[in-house]
Amino acid sequence: MISPGAVDQVFVTLKDWIVFHTPAPLQTLVSIVIEVATIIVVFAALFALATVFERKGLGRMQNRYGPNRVGPFGVFQPIADAVKSLTKEDVVPRAADHVVHYLAPLVLVGVVFLTYAVLPVGRNMTAVNLDAGVLYFFAVGAATELAIFMAGWSSHNKYSLLGAMRAIAQMVSYEIPLILSSVAVIMIAGTLSTVKIVELQARYSNGLAHWYVFTPWGLAGFILFMIAATAETNRSPFDLPEGESEIISGYFIEYSGFKFALFFLAEYLEMFAVSGLGITLFLGGWSSPVSFLAWIPSWLWFFGKLLALLFAFIWVRGTVPRLRMDQLMNFAWKFMLPMTLVTILSAGIWHFLTVAVVGPKPLGGVIRWLVCALVIFVPYITLARVLERGRRIEKRVYRFAE
Amino acid sequence: MDLEPIAGPGELLEVSMGPHHPSTHGVFRMDVRLDGERVVRLKPVFGYLHRNHEKIAEKGAYLAAIPYTDRLDYLCSMTNNWGYVLAVEKLAGIQVPERAEYIRVIVAELTRFQNHAGLVGFLLQDMGASGTPLMYAFREREKVLDLFESLSGARMMCNYMRFGGVRVDCSAEWLDEVRQLVGVLPRFLDEFENLLRANEILMARTQGTGVLPRELAINAGVTGPMLRASGVNYDIRKVDKYGIYDRFKFGVPLGEHGDVYDRYMMRILEMRESVKILEQALRDIPAGPVIDPKVRLRGLRPKVGEAYGRIESPKGELGFFLISDGSGNPYRYRVRPPCMINLTILEDMCLGENIADTVIILGSVDIVLGEVDR
Repeated sequence: MISPGAVDQVFVTLKDWIVFHTPAPLQTLVSIVIEVATIIVVFAALFALATVFERKGLGRMQNRYGPNRVGPFGVFQPIADAVKSLTKEDVVPRAADHVVHYLAPLVLVGVVFLTYAVLPVGRNMTAVNLDAGVLYFFAVGAATELAIFMAGWSSHNKYSLLGAMRAIAQMVSYEIPLILSSVAVIMIAGTLSTVKIVELQARYSNGLAHWYVFTPWGLAGFILFMIAATAETNRSPFDLPEGESEIISGYFIEYSGFKFALFFLAEYLEMFAVSGLGITLFLGGWSSPVSFLAWIPSWLWFFGKLLALLFAFIWVRGTVPRLRMDQLMNFAWKFMLPMTLVTILSAGIWHFLTVAVVGPKPLGGVIRWLVCALVIFVPYITLARVLERGRRIEKRVYRFAE
Repeated sequence: MDLEPIAGPGELLEVSMGPHHPSTHGVFRMDVRLDGERVVRLKPVFGYLHRNHEKIAEKGAYLAAIPYTDRLDYLCSMTNNWGYVLAVEKLAGIQVPERAEYIRVIVAELTRFQNHAGLVGFLLQDMGASGTPLMYAFREREKVLDLFESLSGARMMCNYMRFGGVRVDCSAEWLDEVRQLVGVLPRFLDEFENLLRANEILMARTQGTGVLPRELAINAGVTGPMLRASGVNYDIRKVDKYGIYDRFKFGVPLGEHGDVYDRYMMRILEMRESVKILEQALRDIPAGPVIDPKVRLRGLRPKVGEAYGRIESPKGELGFFLISDGSGNPYRYRVRPPCMINLTILEDMCLGENIADTVIILGSVDIVLGEVDR
């Protein structure tokens, strides 16, 4: 009989076994290579799966089948796509800056892969346990903007320049709410280490996990985080840098063949990475929500949550139209930023409303929850009222002439 | 090859949108000068699809021009046919049997429905809604096209009407199929409106965008849903009462603001009115011949004179002006294309708007390049 713990740790045990059987001087190197190779293989495979998943999902939402020709239910479609993009001609515009044009997709993919170093994908399954893991994630993740601007600028195309301009403005603006919404978690957890943050959430009382999303500031923070993440990864409805119907495909318009595929890969990897961070910060990482399901392997929990968030991204993409640039910026600075600050305030109040202040559980817990929820809700309503006043958007009634 | 530098500091960026841009609905070009993302100048350039439509029609017999009119606005061949045969009927003084008039109304309103459904889908696609509304709209459009196919043999190039009536009679089964379809269309409209009518992003993007003032709309000769969105009560079905439109009860929706949202809603509301007309026409359609047997289709030689036949096509006033010199082919054949005339004021609507908005403003004009360029 295999114990659940053994299944949970099967990959860790396997790696330890391989490292143990290599000569001592090579052990560090082998360990690193295994970890890096695993991340690249697993997430590239997930990318392949996600493209089919997205196209099938969107297809079903749009009354069509999606890819269904290559293999059963079209699951081998990514292979066909890969072969196609590898065999296509790699066109570089004559006026392009060749070096930068060549480097941009490589930099983008490389940088995105770096962020995976600190993501805990399972119990004891983190490549690097950095003390400043969250900070590292944001610092490295911000470099994607550079790569996108490299692509947009070097292509020497007006659409790609417009796309790159939009991308920089959008990603810099949404970086701030993204980081600020995670500050509340860091404050409460008291650590920047992603591993520790997950471990703190993997405790249970009354069978329910201590996920931060179950607190009022955590719930609001999670929603804000995911909105900012959508903008950060250029997904619909914030896909302005690509803006297919306006600027065709924005910054990567002049890329073809495998370089184009790399942009595609990077976009999905970015989405996985930022969703993974959201899971780590708010959804308890690899932990199960209820204690009686804790026997399910931790990595299954992580990837299950990742797929759920991925589905949410696809769902949103299949539903809503795109925002306009000024509306997008207004939303970031006038709504997202104040609201993230409010969540930080609420988290601070949560910290000080201890049992000594509000009384023993369960009543004390309820009071604490309600107070913190009120701290978020009242500013939200006020802010919404104020922002609504400046706009003239209404449902209209039309008259008919006979 | 030397390329000019993209733009120095403080300079304007000139972008040539089209003729192979995904949102120009065909081979249409907009020369746009941008200050950041704001449009400071826009020049519509068309003519890429010019194919001598009018001259070809003048060279052939009166009958020979009917298939060519299909290719004008290739989404609405039925109404194009009607506009042309109406002009010929005026020119030659031909009477149309009762049943043919009813069939004409039925196919014209079906055409209006499928055109508006497709347009609304494309408009939302231009807005970035990733195909979902478009596919919903196209699902309904397919049903209408299937009906056209079983009636005329062609889905889009129907070539169905003739001066003096229509080419073939419709069967009772076909009418039943239309009745069934008309019965379910309101459900589609409800579904579609639930999907997006009160969508926050849609309203924020379209309300107040691309405003076309009432006076400018009248002065520029804009017609159709665009004109009515600016609040002008002008529907040729009501003004001319051509065919038998005076027998049906239906309303003409009117907008107030003349922005993209109003134009969008005009299409939605007109689809509902079309369904009302269809219900009445299907209820009242009489039996009888569908074409006047005395009409000489092939060798028609109208008396010397001129005639202007106009109808309310889904896009606006579609008119055909014919001059006969008594011979077998028209001396002058001229189309008044609603698309092209509606397009001429594109710059006035786009100035000062965002580049992203030019795309949806263009989408709300509802153009088909086959008709713009002819």
